[in-house]
Amino acid sequence: MSFTQQELADPELSGSEPDLADDGAPRTGFFRAAGRSTGRSRTSRGWKFWVGISVCAFFALLAIVAPFLVPNPNQSSPVGLQPPSLDHLFGTTNIGQDVLGQVIAGTTGSVVIGVVAGAITVVLSMIFGVGGAFLGGFWDNASSLVSNVFLVIPGLPLLIIVTDYVESRDIIVISVVIALVSWAGAARVLRAQTLSVRSRDYVDAARVASESNWRIMLREILPNLMPIIAAQFVFGALGAILAEAGLSFLGLGAPGGKSWGSILFFAQNAQAITLGAWWWFVPPGLCIAILGAALGLINFSIDERINPRLRTAAIVKHARKAKGANR
Amino acid sequence: MRYYLNKLGFYLIAAWIAITLNFLLPRLVKGSPVDVILAKTQGVAPMPPEARHALELQFGVTHDPLIVQYVHYLGNLFTGNFGLSVSYYPTPAIDVVMQALPWTVGLVGLATVISYLIGIVFGSWLGWRRGTWTDAILPASTFFSAIPYFWLALVLVYVFGSILHWFPVSGGYDFTITPGFTPEFIGSVLLYGMLPAITIVLASVSGQLLGTRNMMVSTMAEDYVVTARAKGLRPRRVFGSYAMRNALLPSVAGFAMSLGFIVNGSVVTESVFGYPGVGFTLLTAVQNNDYPLMQALFLVITLAVLGANLVVDLVYGFIDPRTRLAN
Repeated sequence: MSFTQQELADPELSGSEPDLADDGAPRTGFFRAAGRSTGRSRTSRGWKFWVGISVCAFFALLAIVAPFLVPNPNQSSPVGLQPPSLDHLFGTTNIGQDVLGQVIAGTTGSVVIGVVAGAITVVLSMIFGVGGAFLGGFWDNASSLVSNVFLVIPGLPLLIIVTDYVESRDIIVISVVIALVSWAGAARVLRAQTLSVRSRDYVDAARVASESNWRIMLREILPNLMPIIAAQFVFGALGAILAEAGLSFLGLGAPGGKSWGSILFFAQNAQAITLGAWWWFVPPGLCIAILGAALGLINFSIDERINPRLRTAAIVKHARKAKGANR
Repeated sequence: MRYYLNKLGFYLIAAWIAITLNFLLPRLVKGSPVDVILAKTQGVAPMPPEARHALELQFGVTHDPLIVQYVHYLGNLFTGNFGLSVSYYPTPAIDVVMQALPWTVGLVGLATVISYLIGIVFGSWLGWRRGTWTDAILPASTFFSAIPYFWLALVLVYVFGSILHWFPVSGGYDFTITPGFTPEFIGSVLLYGMLPAITIVLASVSGQLLGTRNMMVSTMAEDYVVTARAKGLRPRRVFGSYAMRNALLPSVAGFAMSLGFIVNGSVVTESVFGYPGVGFTLLTAVQNNDYPLMQALFLVITLAVLGANLVVDLVYGFIDPRTRLAN
């Protein structure tokens, strides 16, 4: 049944190709491309990006103002394990700490880790992915070997062991370790894209015009990698936030540091589940999932920009229009 | 043949790097595990030099040059000698690992296969129906793929364990039943494994879903799919034999990454459920400063993941002949 309807819509698919082709042409910069998209469609296509960006901006802002909003999140009070009320919107912990305050304070830790680890991931993956693919030959073999090895070695066990060995671990150290363990996937994606970009005609043209390697790299190749690099940053930040939450939950996070994972660690250790204190462990996890979903949405819209075939809404609209014209 | 030799060589190198990392990390970062223990007990009770020497003997710490230690370490590795576990003293560490391994292989293996199948079948169906109402599932699945495993585990324990009492929430089997190949014991293992398995499947399936769906959408725009449709093949045949088969290739190739994610997730999931697998054992080893056990666990987990990836790569060479040619 479901197939017949699809079949009706599909002959028009090929008709939408020219529309795709005009976007498939090489662009000379992420920002120009992004500007074009906002100019053209304030329709359904952009909402993923804008929702994602807004949620991220909200959490980033919260992370900055958190120390002023909640100067002392660990302040205890005599009212322990209160369900949500007007006084404590998210209820209280077993020693009467305000869960909302803890969640707000935890935002700083999680956001900082995401940003730092995402940035290091980008730097490492550019060295091993873009650098290797651009230089080619021995360097490409060596760097793709290294990143493939790091890709197949399971991250969290390595992370657990390394963080256990590192004695003075604060939030920055943890994010560095997370990035060191998890950059390989990003490097592989960047390598594949660099290989594809560097064999395009306009790069050959630049070579023929005897531009220097640096100029080709910075002016011709890098701008066309920008969307993918942005996607790797987002992906790295997402992975790092999840990894840190896992580490803190296992009790291996920064001692005394506040993050969403460490709230869950204390909730689990204080038997929040058996006590039925859902308000204690639900909000931090939801925050992780919401921020994660926002980062995922940004990535999704970058994907749709890089790979025009994924813009299905446009395809269907085009198909409907064509069908209407035929009639 | 060359392809298979290449792959085999790569995994041998990866295994060697993992083994060397396992050897170097504790020595580079901390000097020796003895120092760690001394640092942690300092202030509680002063340690006499003889006790230090005894500890050093126990951990096999010598003051030989690094290279001698390394050769010694490699020799021990081949005989499966990782030293004695501290927390299960005097059981050899490798025996503790071997006891935990079947639980994890059973749980993670089964959950991975189930999540893979659901993701592939449902994902390619979503890709086939792209541009219809089913696209509304996508933003939801980015949300689900950002949910941390352990948090999902906590919520499931709360709902199905604490409130509904449908499933037991901790351990691998009912301790009143003697282990053995009896229907009772197997039933108990299945019942106890249910919630952890559901956690892993739920948390990992949406990433798989999204990947397959996007790949399917890209494949649907390929010329050969358009041709297949144009020559009037039944939609079911276009879906199965033309689009889906090709869309699945990257999923198989991306197995390394998804297995890594699942192994990471199951380490924390096992800790929530107190499931007697390698993840939970790793956590207890870390908490008890059981360095020989930690090293043995890391190595066994890594080698298992490498082995699984090797098998998948070999299968991939078989199902996609292009990879063999390219090499």
